[in-house]
Amino acid sequence: MTSGYNFTQKHILGIHHLSADDIDFILKTADSFKEISTRAIKKVPTMRGLTVVNLFFEPSTRTRLSFEIAAKRMSADTYNISASTSSTVKGETLIDTARNISAMKPDIIIMRHSFAGAPDMLTRYIDASVINAGDGSHEHPSQGLLDMMTVREHKGRLEGLKVTIVGDILHSRVARSDILGFTRMGARVFVYGPATMIPPGLEELGATVCSSLEEAVADADVVMTLRIQKERQKDPLFPSLREYAQKYGINRRILDRARPDAIVMHPGPINRGVELMPDVADGPRSVILDQVTNGVAVRMALLYLVMGNS
Amino acid sequence: MAESLLLQNGRIIDPDNGFDRQGDLLIVDGKVAAVGTPPPEDVQIVDVRGCWVMPGLIDMHVHLREPGEEYKEDIETGTRAAAAGGFTAVACMPNTRPVNDCLAVTSLILERAARGSARVYPVGAISRGSRGESLADFGEMKEAGVVAVSDDGMPVVDSQLMRRALEYAADHRLTVISHSEELFLSRHGVMNEGPVSTRLGLKGIPAAAEAIMVYRDIALAEYTGRPVHIAHVSTAMATDLIRAAKTRGVRVTAETTPHYFTLTDEAVQGYNTNAKMNPPLRSEADRRAVLQGLVDGTLDAVATDHAPHSTLEKDVEFDLAANGVIGLETAVPLTLELVRRGVIDEQRFVRLLSLNPARILNVPGGSLAPGQPADVSVIDPAEQFVYTVDSVMSKSKNSPFLGRSLQGRAVMTLVDGRVMFSRPR
Ligand SMILES: [Zn+2]
Ligand SMILES: [Zn+2]
Repeated sequence: MTSGYNFTQKHILGIHHLSADDIDFILKTADSFKEISTRAIKKVPTMRGLTVVNLFFEPSTRTRLSFEIAAKRMSADTYNISASTSSTVKGETLIDTARNISAMKPDIIIMRHSFAGAPDMLTRYIDASVINAGDGSHEHPSQGLLDMMTVREHKGRLEGLKVTIVGDILHSRVARSDILGFTRMGARVFVYGPATMIPPGLEELGATVCSSLEEAVADADVVMTLRIQKERQKDPLFPSLREYAQKYGINRRILDRARPDAIVMHPGPINRGVELMPDVADGPRSVILDQVTNGVAVRMALLYLVMGNS
Repeated sequence: MAESLLLQNGRIIDPDNGFDRQGDLLIVDGKVAAVGTPPPEDVQIVDVRGCWVMPGLIDMHVHLREPGEEYKEDIETGTRAAAAGGFTAVACMPNTRPVNDCLAVTSLILERAARGSARVYPVGAISRGSRGESLADFGEMKEAGVVAVSDDGMPVVDSQLMRRALEYAADHRLTVISHSEELFLSRHGVMNEGPVSTRLGLKGIPAAAEAIMVYRDIALAEYTGRPVHIAHVSTAMATDLIRAAKTRGVRVTAETTPHYFTLTDEAVQGYNTNAKMNPPLRSEADRRAVLQGLVDGTLDAVATDHAPHSTLEKDVEFDLAANGVIGLETAVPLTLELVRRGVIDEQRFVRLLSLNPARILNVPGGSLAPGQPADVSVIDPAEQFVYTVDSVMSKSKNSPFLGRSLQGRAVMTLVDGRVMFSRPR
């Protein structure tokens, strides 16, 4: 990190907007906060009197809970608003909703939305800091950061690592945040999935597109699989879940091609037996629960850091 | 008493009559007077030194929103924007509410247009209600005043219906204008498919969605021997198909818009809904190919696809925002930019914006020959201005060019010799 570094982000809209120094600083801050969650009394007064609103336009239990726990451990007051996207289409627009919430003077709004760019739009109408908790197929920056934190914990570094991401890259906001983040930190990211799930121009994001699962996993330090969203089967991008599991699922045999100390990651929730076989998901290389634990620390860090700039 | 006007010391550019020189243009009783005609005593003289004097510019593709969506635009404001942008005539697409698919709607549009600031050439629907099921009454609409037919906004999915439309329209001397889009490929798409859509996580519309339908329409035109006009060409693939078809002698004409030859899908960055339209802004390679099409004659016309939308449709999530941008007041400076950069010459500029649209639509205009109705556009190619929200004459402000510094602007717009717009210099 260059001397005189300052974290200047007011919003966390995507990894795209973060420099390597920003990412490094967030991860270091998260490392220091992680210890709080191991105390008997898991609470610090850092954000006492501050208001954090979870504005979720898309159902999510895990991410919302993780942000809520993070905010509460920092002593912020938290409120959850679940709005369905369809209701905003019919009547109240996103801008109306944003202005109404803004009028109640929250300090931070954590937003999940099914449309890409909705958090960007929110920032144009409100004063509060906005943290993107996942917008459509765009980005999920806190997930990308917790993935980087988890890998760094296990590998001691990010630079030079081979990170492999397998699955539905087209629809995955996690994949975008991971590709941008890991490459910015000097790792090499390789992606693989059915060609129908590989969008054009991934190379411009910094990823290398592989032509076989074997090639993708070979000598990888990190193997990450993405959740197959079964609801997308209305507009099927592959013939059947059975075939997907056979051709694209990560099993122990394929994992043998990775480095002996490779770790296995998944953003959850897992479709066991589809993208990840149970013996791998629950095996010794799986760091999936570490990801969940680190999620709270990363989100505490994000809340803390954006507060310093709002 | 004869009313007369002398536009003095302008540069008169009239490719139809092989004319490009400094001179005076005399207008008597709403018509272009013969060269050498002595001006009457009481002639009104306007000094247009430094300006181009051209046959009236014709925008062959606009949406005026009347009837039905007057909160976005109406015929009065739309034609005022046209005149301010240097256009003496516009052809308005039929996707109003109700759709212009019959005599009654056409008549209503023309009635309103009579009080407007520019000529209005209504385009009728190809199919009833533009539902793509059965042909609308072309003959009756033609009598009422439509000059072309199109289901613009939607493609004609049924190829048999499109074939019948080409055949039947030719009987009535109506131009068929195709909005070329393969709907299965473009389904749910909100921007061009490519690296930018990948980065933004937005569903893409591949270039092939345009090219497939353009080829279908070329094949039908070739098979039936009837002409077809392709609206808003945005891709290299479609431009190549049209070029090849023209070489084979197929009767195909095509237009593109200033946004396709000026911008790329990078303009969507930041989820800018004023950069959302259909077809979408494409890649840099597409943009260059479209420009090349304008240069080599593959693309015949520059139109705007002026599509006003209010903040209700545009200040929303990108996925939910309506397609379309306004363009009447920026087409002249953006196309002039090509002349300044030496991409096209002044003659070609006039062909693209006046002569060719007149020919494609079979309407008068595109010429300053003596006796012609005095539809005249006078522009100052040197005037620089910043295009701001406050300056927009259109009711809607959905332009991707807001805030841009532009050069070249309409100074005076005349229809039948009457001054519809003039800007103090
Ligand atoms: Zn169209
Ligand atoms: Zn249109």
